[in-house]
Amino acid sequence: MSQSNVSNSYRFSNEIRASDEFRVKVGFAEQLKGGVIMDVTNVKQAEIAEKAGACAVMALERVPSDIRRDGGVARMANIRIIKEIQRAVSIPVMAKARIGHFTEALVLEALNVDFIDESEVLTPADEEHHIDKRTFRIPFVCGARNLGEALRRIAEGAAMIRTKGEAGSGNIVEAVRHIRTIVKEMRHLTILGKEELVHEAKNLGAPLDLVEWVAANGKLPVPNFSAGGIATPADAALVMQLGAEAVFVGSGIFKSEDPQKRAEAIVKAATHFRDPAKLLEASEELGEAMPGLDISKLPESELMQTRGW
Amino acid sequence: MKTCGILALQGDFEAHAQAVQRAGGHAVQVRTPLELAACHGLIIPGGESTTMLKLLAFEGLTAPLLAFAADKPVYGTCAGAILLAKQVTHPAQASLGVLDISVERNAYGRQIDSRISRVTVKDQSEMEAVFIRAPIIRSTGPAVTILAWYQGDPVWIEQGSHMATTFHPELTADIRVHQRFLSRL
Repeated sequence: MSQSNVSNSYRFSNEIRASDEFRVKVGFAEQLKGGVIMDVTNVKQAEIAEKAGACAVMALERVPSDIRRDGGVARMANIRIIKEIQRAVSIPVMAKARIGHFTEALVLEALNVDFIDESEVLTPADEEHHIDKRTFRIPFVCGARNLGEALRRIAEGAAMIRTKGEAGSGNIVEAVRHIRTIVKEMRHLTILGKEELVHEAKNLGAPLDLVEWVAANGKLPVPNFSAGGIATPADAALVMQLGAEAVFVGSGIFKSEDPQKRAEAIVKAATHFRDPAKLLEASEELGEAMPGLDISKLPESELMQTRGW
Repeated sequence: MKTCGILALQGDFEAHAQAVQRAGGHAVQVRTPLELAACHGLIIPGGESTTMLKLLAFEGLTAPLLAFAADKPVYGTCAGAILLAKQVTHPAQASLGVLDISVERNAYGRQIDSRISRVTVKDQSEMEAVFIRAPIIRSTGPAVTILAWYQGDPVWIEQGSHMATTFHPELTADIRVHQRFLSRL
């Protein structure tokens, strides 16, 4: 068959992004769609997550709401915790590195984690540069609040984007803002002419070839997930109806009254996000959700979403 | 036109729907027994087999799926192949037992061992194959025909009108696997 029939998702003008290595990374991200990736801090939580139907776990030392409470510097998780979780579950294990901290990422690669999250939840190690993710064999996911940020991360080699939301807040408002922003900005590109895209690439601060790809396809060239503030099944369904293809749940599960039930319910909601009857079923008898924060009352310095550039 | 269902509980069901379209078929997403009943065949995509098992049970889809497979074609890729197997190891887990194969999960290792390789098809041609945290088919029963090999292990098998691949043809341009499945519908 002719090359023109190849799904555009797997074709890029940039040589690196068309490479087998990048296709394998994005191919893996495709496998996680429709699923829930859960933050876990120990073996017991990882087992609960796997049993509840998580499609992957994120191994870390503290969930974002605890990081927020404790303050100080948040770093890559203790290696022992990650290793124990890798041994305990058969689903993929992800871990977080600080923004720009490429040696933390090298350690996580040597540890054979399945995905690295270059995450604003940890304290940034570099206030100008992100990690050059193209040099790694392990795929990376990065946060974004808008299309320009998403495309810069993809240009650096990210194989998955997640909207940032506001981690550890239990408040969905920022996640909604970010997925709506990215979807709206992508839609806008699809109606522009070629010469307008050059100008738009300048405005977005993103490479022209990626801007042109989004204009032609109306979506990101890698899977687009949502994170930061998901606390209920309805929250998960909301961001998925707005265009997210899967969800990360951080504090929302293990800071709730009944983690096992809530984890199962959010897994159901991610599958049946368009089915009100199923969402009702998933939302019943869950116990208390995690406490939420009013983000408008948080001082700017306490926001995690403004980390990363 | 015949309708090819894609089990859309979790995984790369969209990539499969696009592959079915490239192969000239008509795809619909399946999340409920009612949606399954409208299909002439079903693809179980890649994804996490443990997640799919859980959601099949939540949904009351396990029994309808087994009844469906008793007289209609089913094709599983990667996690889908694991679900359809008779026996699953590493670790052991429940499965539907539609195909007389024994499958070892994550048999090549973690994501760092995922790869794109060329596999040898029965007609001696080659096929590009994407392996992602892939299983290995460790044994096959007498009713199973092997259609492709990689490093000596079966990676594409057929049993009656059912099929399984341990790799992901939905992530490549090669439509032969999907065409063969659609011809069975």
